[in-house]
This record gives sequence, C-alpha cells and structure tokens, in this order.
Amino acid sequence: MNNRRILHHPVLGTMPERNAVHFTFDGKKYKGFEGETIAAALLASGVRTLRVHEEKETPRGIYCNIGHCFECRVTVNGQPGVRSCLTEINDGMVIESGKRQPTPLKRKEIARHV
Amino acid sequence: MYDAVIIGAGPAGLSAAIACAKWNLQVVVIDEFMKPGGRLLGQLHQEPDGTWWNGIKEANILVEQARALGVDIWCGVSVHHIEEVGQGWRVHTNKERIDTPKLLLATGAAETPAPVPGWTLPGVMSIGAAQVMTNVHRVRPGKKGIVIGINVLSAAITRELQLAGGDVVGMVLPPVNPITKDAGNPRKVMQSLLRISHLAPSAFLRMGGKLSRANWMQKLALTFYPKSGVKMWGIPIHLRKAAVQINGEKEVESVTICSVTPDGKRIEGSEQTMDVDFVCIAGGLYPLAELAAVAGCPFHYFPELGGHVPVHNERMKTPLEGLYVAGNITGIESAKVARAQGFVAGLSIAKETIQSADSAIDKHLENALDEVRKIRSNAAIQFHQDIHAGRNKMESIYKEQFS
Repeated sequence: MNNRRILHHPVLGTMPERNAVHFTFDGKKYKGFEGETIAAALLASGVRTLRVHEEKETPRGIYCNIGHCFECRVTVNGQPGVRSCLTEINDGMVIESGKRQPTPLKRKEIARHV
Repeated sequence: MYDAVIIGAGPAGLSAAIACAKWNLQVVVIDEFMKPGGRLLGQLHQEPDGTWWNGIKEANILVEQARALGVDIWCGVSVHHIEEVGQGWRVHTNKERIDTPKLLLATGAAETPAPVPGWTLPGVMSIGAAQVMTNVHRVRPGKKGIVIGINVLSAAITRELQLAGGDVVGMVLPPVNPITKDAGNPRKVMQSLLRISHLAPSAFLRMGGKLSRANWMQKLALTFYPKSGVKMWGIPIHLRKAAVQINGEKEVESVTICSVTPDGKRIEGSEQTMDVDFVCIAGGLYPLAELAAVAGCPFHYFPELGGHVPVHNERMKTPLEGLYVAGNITGIESAKVARAQGFVAGLSIAKETIQSADSAIDKHLENALDEVRKIRSNAAIQFHQDIHAGRNKMESIYKEQFS
C-alpha cells in the first residue's frame, strides 16, 4: 500500500476493505479497488497524465472530476472519449491514454505535400 | 412508464424522489456518477455547534429512504438532451430514451474556472475535484499543494484536505483577469471572507463583526496584512498575494506568486516561487443549467444566486408545463437548502399528478415551503450575500411574467 491512499481519516474513519482489481494503462499493469473511478485508481498509482492535447501534445490530467470538463478522457476497452472521473474501474480493463492526432489540414502540413 | 423522471441524484433529486414516492408516484432518478449522492458525497465540515456534517452519511440516509419507498436509481447514466413531446418530456440518455409527464432538473452546480497560466498541467485541478478524491475515493491529490482562490467554499475544502493529512502551503488569490474579476481583489475577497468569520477559529477573522461594519478598518487590515498570511485552521491565507504562473514540464512542479496592492494590482519584483506538486483552483460555483436551456426554459441572471438561473417559482415549477427545477440549479446554497427544495419539488409534482381535491398534500407543501425558508435563514454559511433578495426577485419575475 502506498501513502497516496488515505486509509485512516480522523472523521471518516478507516477505509473499509475492498476487492482489488487489475487493469492496464498504456500496456502497463496497475492495481485499483472496486468502487473507485479510473481516475482515482490511476492517481493512487501515481499516474497523473491521462492524455496529451490532440494537436500540441501537451499533457493533461483530471480537472473538474465531475464529468464536465472532459479533460480526463481516455480509451477504455477500445472505446474512445470515456471520462475517467465518472467511470468505475473494472477487473481486466484495458485503458489507453489520449494521443496526438494527425493534423493534415493544418497549413504547415498541406505545404509539405504540395 | 414513470410518473416523473428526476435528473441528478444529489440532495435535491433524492429528496424529491422521496416526496414523490410517499405519494405513490413511480419515479426514477438518473445520475452520471457511479454512486448516488451528488456533491453531498464529498462534504465534510464542522457545524457551528461542533458536530460534523458528513455528506456520505447524509447521502446514504437519503438513498436508503428512497430505495425503501421503491424509487429506481440509475447511476452512470448521462442525459444529453431533453425535449417537450406531446403532454410531457422525452429524456435522451446514453442508455435509452424515456418519456415522462413530469421532469425535474436537479443537476446542481459546477465550478467556475479561474484561468491561471499553466493551469492545464496535470496536478492542477478544481478544488471540488480534490475534495472528491480526498473524501470519497480517499486518494491524495498530491504531496504538497496550494489553493488559488479564496472564498467560502475553498476555505471549507482546504480544511478538509488538511484534515485528511494533506499538506497545503497556503491559499492565494487568482491573478486579476476578465474572468476572475473581484476574486482577485483583496478588498472584495476580505469582505466575502468575513461572512464565515464565525466558523473560523482565527482571532483575526473573529474581529470580522467589527471589520465588516467599518470600511476604514478593512483598509487598515489589508494595508498592514502580515507577510506570512493570516492563519485559519493553521493554513496561511494570503490576501495580499496572487498566483502568477503554474510551472512544470510534464506536471506541476511549482507556482510563482507575487504580492499585490490592497486593490489587487501586481507589485513588480515581488515574485517568488513555491514548490508544490498539486494546485487547486477555486473559482466558486455556478448553477449547472444546460438542460433547462436546451428545453427552452427562460433564464434570468442573478449575481445573488450565482449566475444564470432558469425561471421558477417557489414551488419549483418553471414556466414550461411539466418541467421543474430544484437544488443548486436554482441558485447556489447549501446542501440542506437543496434537500428541502427537492422535497418541495417532489410534493409539487405529486400534487399535480394526483390532482385530487384532498387538501392534505397542500398542507404538506406549505410545511415544506416553510422548511426551505427556515433552513435558508438559519444557514451557517451563505455562498452569496443577499440570497433572500435574489430569491424574492425571482419570485416576482415569475409572478409578473409567467403566471
């Protein structure tokens, strides 16, 4: 257990035992717990970058944590655009971070091909 | 078919469902999150009498009550569109379409962003995000953090982070820009902070009663504001410092802050860098009302209520037939007010569904309305000043223009 998890809380008490789940993120194996979100499981594993900006490739992580900002979108079992802050982690989930996308219609790219 | 569909399983939506079910209506509550409770789930604060308000417990009470009465609760279902069809409403979700004669929007609030250069770096999150990570998922947002934005909500959540063992180096103002406006002005922030002085174990803030009456005293206090900040619950509050830039290559590494004049102007050359690995941005809350807008409900802008609010009356009816609102979508107030408003909305829906001559339900409705007023008046924290004035204005607009 790492110190990113708050197992004992002075008011909320001790965290109840939960079943572990195993999943992969960008091919690497991680462990989370039933009843938590993908974002929480990754944050607890020290993973903060969930995708890069599709054009600029700058890193992005969770922002609002209520499904409103879409900054935490990832690909889950092949389905893109899944909000990791709302989606419960499941055993065997295959999660991929958001990658840079080609920009064939950018002036610079067009110039290269003309 | 359901008699009513309720969007949002927070305090307003759940208590509305309970009220409906008590009058034998079949209702379903839909929520995007995987657990019911809404923003109640993250809440944890000490009441003025010293007892703890534990949002998780409060949410469980409502959920159990609703389930015992036969309410269906669908979690992890997103509503992306609603439209008026025939005698009711069609609710489009990511799972299925549902038609209903009565629709209640209890979608709550969202956080106002306070843009700071560098705020897209991983490790920067809204303060509400840090709250849910800490209190619901029990995962720390980071090792050491700073809070940008000083207001009632951020002070309360910063205390929660600290309670869970989080290291918060302090709270600073956001930079003054067209979006943050008064949130970057020390004088305005101080005035709003004085409204929670009764909750804060800080000698400085306890002077609040006097300070809020005398402008010259506030000015004096800000002019001689201590360089190390004033501590509230042990956390330094820097009313004369603002965030300039969040730094880091792949994620947050530090924050550059500067000193500001009592009017929020940046003092050149005062920049300093603080090493942190997470940043909480606290811009306050605004009503989350997109679905009401999509439905074509008229809106009004009320700074007292936190922003653009769908027009409604005290019984939580909008001018659109069969469409109701309750909770923070109607204005930013505490979860207790939202819960009481939800109960009113549920009774309103039940009354119009049953359409019986029995006056028992009217009596319940009157009591529920009294309860909202009572809770509002006794609120320990008011997110916006003049909440009563805002509510009254809304009521007269509804009466004059829509009834």
